[in-house]
Amino acid sequence: MSAPFSTFELMTVAAAREIRDGEVVFAGTGLPMLAAMLAQRTHAPGCVLVFEAGGVDPRMLHLPMSVGDSRTLTGAAMAAGLMEAFTYLLQGGRIDVGFLGGAQVDRYGNINSTAVGNYLQPSVRFSGSGGAADVAALAGRTVIIARHERRRFPERVDYRTSPGWIEGGDSRARAGIRGGGPAAVVTTLGVIRFRPGTKEPYLASAHPGISPEHVQAETGFPLDLSEAGETPPPTREELEILRTTVDPEGVFLKRH
Amino acid sequence: MIDKVISLEEAAALVPSGATVSIGGFTSQRHPTALLRALVRHGVRDLVVYCHSAGSDVDLLIGAGCVRRVEAAYLADGVFAPIAPNWRRFVEAGRLEFEDYSNAAMMARFSAGAMGLPFFPVRSMLGTDLLEKEGLSAEVRRTDPTAAPKKAAVVNCPFTGESVVLVPAIRTDLCLLHVQRASPQGLVRIEGQEFLDVQQALAADRVIVTCEELVDDEELRREPERNRIPPFAVHAVVPVPFGAHPHSVHNCYDYDPGHLALYAEAARSDDAFRAYLERFVFGPSDHAAYLEAVGGPEHLETLRARSGLGYNPELRRRP
Repeated sequence: MSAPFSTFELMTVAAAREIRDGEVVFAGTGLPMLAAMLAQRTHAPGCVLVFEAGGVDPRMLHLPMSVGDSRTLTGAAMAAGLMEAFTYLLQGGRIDVGFLGGAQVDRYGNINSTAVGNYLQPSVRFSGSGGAADVAALAGRTVIIARHERRRFPERVDYRTSPGWIEGGDSRARAGIRGGGPAAVVTTLGVIRFRPGTKEPYLASAHPGISPEHVQAETGFPLDLSEAGETPPPTREELEILRTTVDPEGVFLKRH
Repeated sequence: MIDKVISLEEAAALVPSGATVSIGGFTSQRHPTALLRALVRHGVRDLVVYCHSAGSDVDLLIGAGCVRRVEAAYLADGVFAPIAPNWRRFVEAGRLEFEDYSNAAMMARFSAGAMGLPFFPVRSMLGTDLLEKEGLSAEVRRTDPTAAPKKAAVVNCPFTGESVVLVPAIRTDLCLLHVQRASPQGLVRIEGQEFLDVQQALAADRVIVTCEELVDDEELRREPERNRIPPFAVHAVVPVPFGAHPHSVHNCYDYDPGHLALYAEAARSDDAFRAYLERFVFGPSDHAAYLEAVGGPEHLETLRARSGLGYNPELRRRP
């Protein structure tokens, strides 16, 4: 039995389940912070959070509204800075999983968070990479969070801010990137993963009430639907923790 | 005894039009916004601004027409403005020179400048358009001495043969920081995250520090392990309580949700932003008048950080 839940709550829970106990997690602003806090309070109490602005391994009591928030320092092991987060922890190979958002995500999990249209005078300009390009290249693996609409899931992104599997196959390694790569894309409609070797995308699950065919219709590249299951809904316990402990103010939950 | 204390107006006068500037802080935290508002009132133009993750600090300067070029990784104010609104409008309209890097690349560029190196290697940006596409034209790179001759260079490591990306050093005329405490002699105490303030300061010819509280030099010298910027690298100190409003200062006060939301709305059009500037930047004659305009002491008390947490757990972040 599952209580009613929003798509944002379902995505948060699906993202949280990508975190394994004991892992070191590089969490970005928004849903990833909720997912990591939820994971800590459910199946992965030993996971460690690192924020790019310098908060390392906190015991957060209140949800931060961005990665530089003072709330990322409560009970923290370190209040450091960008040098420690990016150079020693991320580039030094100490981050197991990084979370990324993006306005566009393409067939091979490359992300655009820079601009749509002509780069120099775009139709829409976004915030820019921030640490996303660094996390995409250097974390052990990445989980991407995205709103699933056809125009946001093109064959190729307009601007490749953060590298995924580039053009599939071994193109990521050929670009000189040593490891990592996207493990999953958690969207408003389902969860996409990538085949070993070819890095072709397949629909691992569609969210409850969404058909795999609908996911394909909202996707600008071919998706293998042959193994698509249903995304497991949030448990009552997960929803309770999300609503009453992680984000009782509705900083993010009520905006979606 | 050395005394580096000057007024906000005197500090603003140290920043000439056309200067290269970096600004401390991170998205909605610890930016020297009182000093930036003074710069706007002084009519500074053509600034070249370097940042990593900026918020409505750099966005304010852009919207007020003070900026010629921004080299950055990110501009946003968290949940209140997922894309900095003036930044977005000015780039979309072709009204701003800009160059995109990642945060690690900007960190590397400031570090190189601080270390006296011409470049710094990073493993980021391979396989991305951050390498393939350039915001600055060849003409600007050739003729503007503040522009690096190249955006980045991919080289093979001479020892292992691996691909690494070299990014050019940043040296700026000025670095503007806001911190919790500083001494009149220029010793600085940062609490909470450092962000990239130390590297930005050491990559600048002149550092201007605004602070919440002016304290005795002796007090800061009792715990030298907590000080990261040598006082002889700091040119001027300006005491400015609530000098980072509407952003937060760890252990002092939280960000101001109402004002950040108001800013994000106003910065969506030229007309609304002109009205914002009139009300909060040109209208108030000084910082004290600004603090009255944003709600006065009673309102500011609602933002005060709780001791032991560094922020206000009672803060309502949704209207």
